Amino acid sequence: MMDKALIPEGVKRCPLPVFGIWLLVLLAFIGWGVYAGVAVLIQALHLTGLNDYFGFGLYITADLAIIALGAGAFFSGFLYYGLSRLFPALKELHKIINLAVIVGFVCYTGALAVLLLEVGQPLRAWFGYWHANVHSMLTEVIFCITCYAIVLVIEYVPIILSNRKLEAIRSARVFGHTLHDLMAIFALTGTFLSFFHQGSLGGVAGVLFARPFAYRTGFFIWPWTFFLFILSAIASGPAFTALVCRSMEAVTRKKLVDRSVYELIAKIVGTLLSIYIVLKIVDTVYWALFQSPQFGFNLGDYYRAPYGMWLLFVEIIVCGVLPTAALLYPRTRQSNIVMFLSFLLACVGVTINRFVMTIQAIAAPVMPFDKWEVYVPTVYEWAPIIAMIAYCALILSLSYRYLPLFPREKELNPTS
Amino acid sequence: MSEQGHKQGAVRFGMVIDLDKCTGCMACSVACQAENNISFREDESNKLRSISWMEVFYLDNDQDYANYQYTYLPRPCMHCDAPHHAPCTFVCPVNATTRDEENGIVGHIYPRCIGCRYCIVACPYHARDFNWWDPAWPEPMEAMLNPEVSPRMRGVVEKCTFCHHRLLKARAKAFLEEQDLYEVTYMPACGEACPTKAISFGNLNDAESQVAKLAKDPRAFRLLSKLNTEPKVYYLSKHEWVRKQGDKHFQNSNGNKRG
Repeated sequence: MMDKALIPEGVKRCPLPVFGIWLLVLLAFIGWGVYAGVAVLIQALHLTGLNDYFGFGLYITADLAIIALGAGAFFSGFLYYGLSRLFPALKELHKIINLAVIVGFVCYTGALAVLLLEVGQPLRAWFGYWHANVHSMLTEVIFCITCYAIVLVIEYVPIILSNRKLEAIRSARVFGHTLHDLMAIFALTGTFLSFFHQGSLGGVAGVLFARPFAYRTGFFIWPWTFFLFILSAIASGPAFTALVCRSMEAVTRKKLVDRSVYELIAKIVGTLLSIYIVLKIVDTVYWALFQSPQFGFNLGDYYRAPYGMWLLFVEIIVCGVLPTAALLYPRTRQSNIVMFLSFLLACVGVTINRFVMTIQAIAAPVMPFDKWEVYVPTVYEWAPIIAMIAYCALILSLSYRYLPLFPREKELNPTS
Repeated sequence: MSEQGHKQGAVRFGMVIDLDKCTGCMACSVACQAENNISFREDESNKLRSISWMEVFYLDNDQDYANYQYTYLPRPCMHCDAPHHAPCTFVCPVNATTRDEENGIVGHIYPRCIGCRYCIVACPYHARDFNWWDPAWPEPMEAMLNPEVSPRMRGVVEKCTFCHHRLLKARAKAFLEEQDLYEVTYMPACGEACPTKAISFGNLNDAESQVAKLAKDPRAFRLLSKLNTEPKVYYLSKHEWVRKQGDKHFQNSNGNKRG
């Protein structure tokens, strides 16, 4: 292999031509998305399915979902660097922490790129820092996403510098190790920022006091959606990291982490999901039976095909209660199929939640003589989203091939 | 501090629209379009993307023939007087849309707007429109634009300003004539164009003004007042079904099922 010198010692990777073809496939999708994105930037947002009824659409939904799923980075970092001193069992996360950081990095940077397409005047995006409205949840989002993306870059750098060739350079090695020694500080800073970031994304919907579907009362300046978004993100984020890891194992046909890591993540996800889903049910009941009637609405007013009541059922029962139960019971958790299916359901659930709080929240008409409208995204919205996923896969593929992501890979695959 | 829970000047402009007088002729909407240089396209069939600061809705009582009744409801921006912030000004990340507490007008600074459309999402009245295309007017209309109102560029949000430029013009005149600037009143283009004088405009804080009196009329109601947005646009109707529908009293039997 021409790139053998770059591949970590003692592990086996697929032949370079095979890897090259895989990269070309990913680059084709990225190119398609970039083409669509540039078209949107040049020709404007009328190329999308957005309109004056649906001010937010697929871009925002995908951003909210991908950022929630990327929460595995900060929360795993918080558990490993922060809490593992108190709970030694959490040290097991060491085996997957590098992957969690990279998953977070790609999710956040990918979301940032798509966000640029979402604004009508992208050249003014910096106004968010200059003319910041401190009352706006979007301002909190802008500041937190930027700061946390920088923290993720700092967290990713030492992993890049651990590449065989780069480590041979003394200054790079020293810099990388120094950063690594400081990682606990960055991880905890990232935790603080990302808690606020996930929360403020929930706040974006929850503060809309004239939109009864989205509006929630809350604590101090934060609506309950602020806290529900944090909880759902930290519950589904580690599940997504585990799913990515399992997918990599399936593609590479190797064991990359011990099953004990998945077992630990299953316990964490199950516990957090149970807290989330109980609070979500309480929130939904209060919203449906007490808050909405005060505004002249009942639950039936919010749901109409294609945004039917099935969404609520799937989000809370199928993707909430069922995976929680499956992950909390040791016997069901023993089954790989049940465990990973539960992880998948948790991720689908958080995605549906972000869709509901973004698109359905504005689909339900507020004025009594208003009409129900349906939002249909165009290819100019799908292409950049698919490109973002391809970008995530590209970075993960390159990182897996050239960086020592999994400390136990060599031992777990002795024949390689 | 006012009873609305925010700082307030002596002037608080508001509008009263008498639905019993409105014939649905849409002169208000056309006058607004011309006055404010609102751009349009050759094909305006997609109403979800057409820009209309003064939209006219059609309401009916959902009854069968003989009992069937209808009315028109012109809808400008409500210039919400909600405590602390209007729904839209609260959410704008760049302070592009703000409420002038000296006169209650909710304005929009187009060169500052980043086009995130969060304000569009926040507004329950759909009073805000986005510029999906570059503004363009067919020849020779470009030469007929109102020089007092700046056209908006692609990618920003726009909305009714209560013809704020007319206030500035009236105040400039009052200044030259050494009159009290805060005594100045004016009429937006929609009110001026209304052939039945269904639209009244003025200072809601002036108890002697026509709008202040009409706002206290027993026929008066506000759109979606249950949401606590405190609109400064009042409607008058002698029909109870119109008043109730305006505040979603019986949305199940009347409103939402049309769609």
